[in-house]
Amino acid sequence: MPIKKPRLTVAPLGDQALVVTLGSAPDPATLQRVQALASALQRAKIPGLLDVVPAYATVTVFYDPAKTLGPEAVPYERMSRAVLRCAAAARVSARRLPRPLLLDRLVEIPVCYGGEFGPDLEEVARHAGLSAGEVISRHSRIEYTVLAIGFVPGFPYLGGLPERLRMPRRATPRPFVPAGSVGIGGDQTGVYPLAIPGGWNLIGRTPSTLFRSGDSPPALLRMGDRVKFRAITGEEFAVWK
Amino acid sequence: MEIAVLRAGAFSTVQDGGRRGYRASGVPLAGAADPFALRVANLLVGNPEDAAGLEIVLDGPDLYFPEACTVAVGGAEFAGVPAWRPWTVPAGTRVLFGQCLRGYYAYLAVRGGLAVEPVLGSRSTYVRGGWGGWDGRPLHEGDRLPVGLPEGGARADPAPALFVAPSILPPYSESPVVRAIAGAQAAELDPLTATAFKISPKSDRMGLRLLGSPILRRQGGDLRSSAVSPGSVQVPPDGQPIVLLAEAQTLGGYPLAAHVISVDLPLVAQLRPGQTLRFQDIELAEAQRLLVRRERDLALLRSGLRSHWGGGP
Repeated sequence: MPIKKPRLTVAPLGDQALVVTLGSAPDPATLQRVQALASALQRAKIPGLLDVVPAYATVTVFYDPAKTLGPEAVPYERMSRAVLRCAAAARVSARRLPRPLLLDRLVEIPVCYGGEFGPDLEEVARHAGLSAGEVISRHSRIEYTVLAIGFVPGFPYLGGLPERLRMPRRATPRPFVPAGSVGIGGDQTGVYPLAIPGGWNLIGRTPSTLFRSGDSPPALLRMGDRVKFRAITGEEFAVWK
Repeated sequence: MEIAVLRAGAFSTVQDGGRRGYRASGVPLAGAADPFALRVANLLVGNPEDAAGLEIVLDGPDLYFPEACTVAVGGAEFAGVPAWRPWTVPAGTRVLFGQCLRGYYAYLAVRGGLAVEPVLGSRSTYVRGGWGGWDGRPLHEGDRLPVGLPEGGARADPAPALFVAPSILPPYSESPVVRAIAGAQAAELDPLTATAFKISPKSDRMGLRLLGSPILRRQGGDLRSSAVSPGSVQVPPDGQPIVLLAEAQTLGGYPLAAHVISVDLPLVAQLRPGQTLRFQDIELAEAQRLLVRRERDLALLRSGLRSHWGGGP
């Protein structure tokens, strides 16, 4: 059933969505194609298309099967063809990378590391064989890329964590992780936008708000953004808030 | 008009057709756990299908109507409250939801719809985030729910004397056979269709946790998270599947065994902890044929009711 094209696979996700896979890993070239396809689909006004979700090397398209148009008998086939046509027009599987359709953004996120805000900082340092200060300087030196937004509204999965700082998530998740907590989970780092249970290792907290339901778009970050953390003091954190 | 909440019930929330277009920001669809029941209840009172109504769980509320209003209840059936037909609540009376006789989620549609402020294009309540619906939370005693004005009519317009034909309703049951199409990792997992599953009490609007012989993954490597959907059946490492419902998170990283087809998802949503279900395989083309046919049935109901309620398309 999957329809194959070079570097691009379409498969159903239930009876009201389909997933386009653009590569085997979220490397920079694949991410650029994912972004290009997602924004092309959002502009394309395909009949029946309801929502577009880029994440890692995939773009998922939600659609209303009763509203798709085309000569094919099955709504999935109609939507697949429309999506592939849009992908071809956006040249997402061309050898040369598609021109970025979105402005390249770098978002700086202030973080107060350690102490009560980062209860796992010492453990991450021990695991890495570094001092807490070295963990902070390594974590805040890198430019990360938003690989996906999800799990809860506004949560960014950030790729690019230095190998040395990687650490498995906690065996038992915390029942309550405060909003703004910055954590490390496996080879990714991220920020909890709201207070929820969570299993990542918490190294600090940001006073920035990552999600406002009154804003459009409501999330501070979007897939493909570059993110840099900046270490701030407890006093700066208090002023920011 | 405002409906006064005399008793809130277990977990009564304002819900509509859901929040569309914000999944890329991680915002769940939300809306009614059994969207079919809310749609039909809305049609019965002459509302747009996705108007906001009250979702009621198992232990229902006690509501006071200061003015007359035509209402309909769909989904779970409660003692003392007519189901699947419109009726007019006289001014100054109470609607008391008695014992829940069948099902889990009921929908009270009021003519004019619940007129809470929309958030991100929807009036549904997102309790986890604390926003949307009525103050981002389930109802409390003393809340006063605003009711809107129906287009081209009055809230108390008399209801047509009709029932919904049982043939249009999903075959709700305490032990349904639920049809599902294969998920991306189906071939790596034990089949879901071999045994029955019991509904765990740890279920909620995000998903139904199932208890049964563990579904083990025989092969396959690490998975990156990608989008999931209401109906997706995830299998965590403990082998106890989770059927995602309306308020499911937008991304998931567990293997996907199957997807419950849209026309059968109401059967799953209406199950109570302790009740059982079985899965049955179905092809995608057949699932979509059934979905398009159900939409046609709903369109017939809509046009039949339009002759009574009038109004636009």
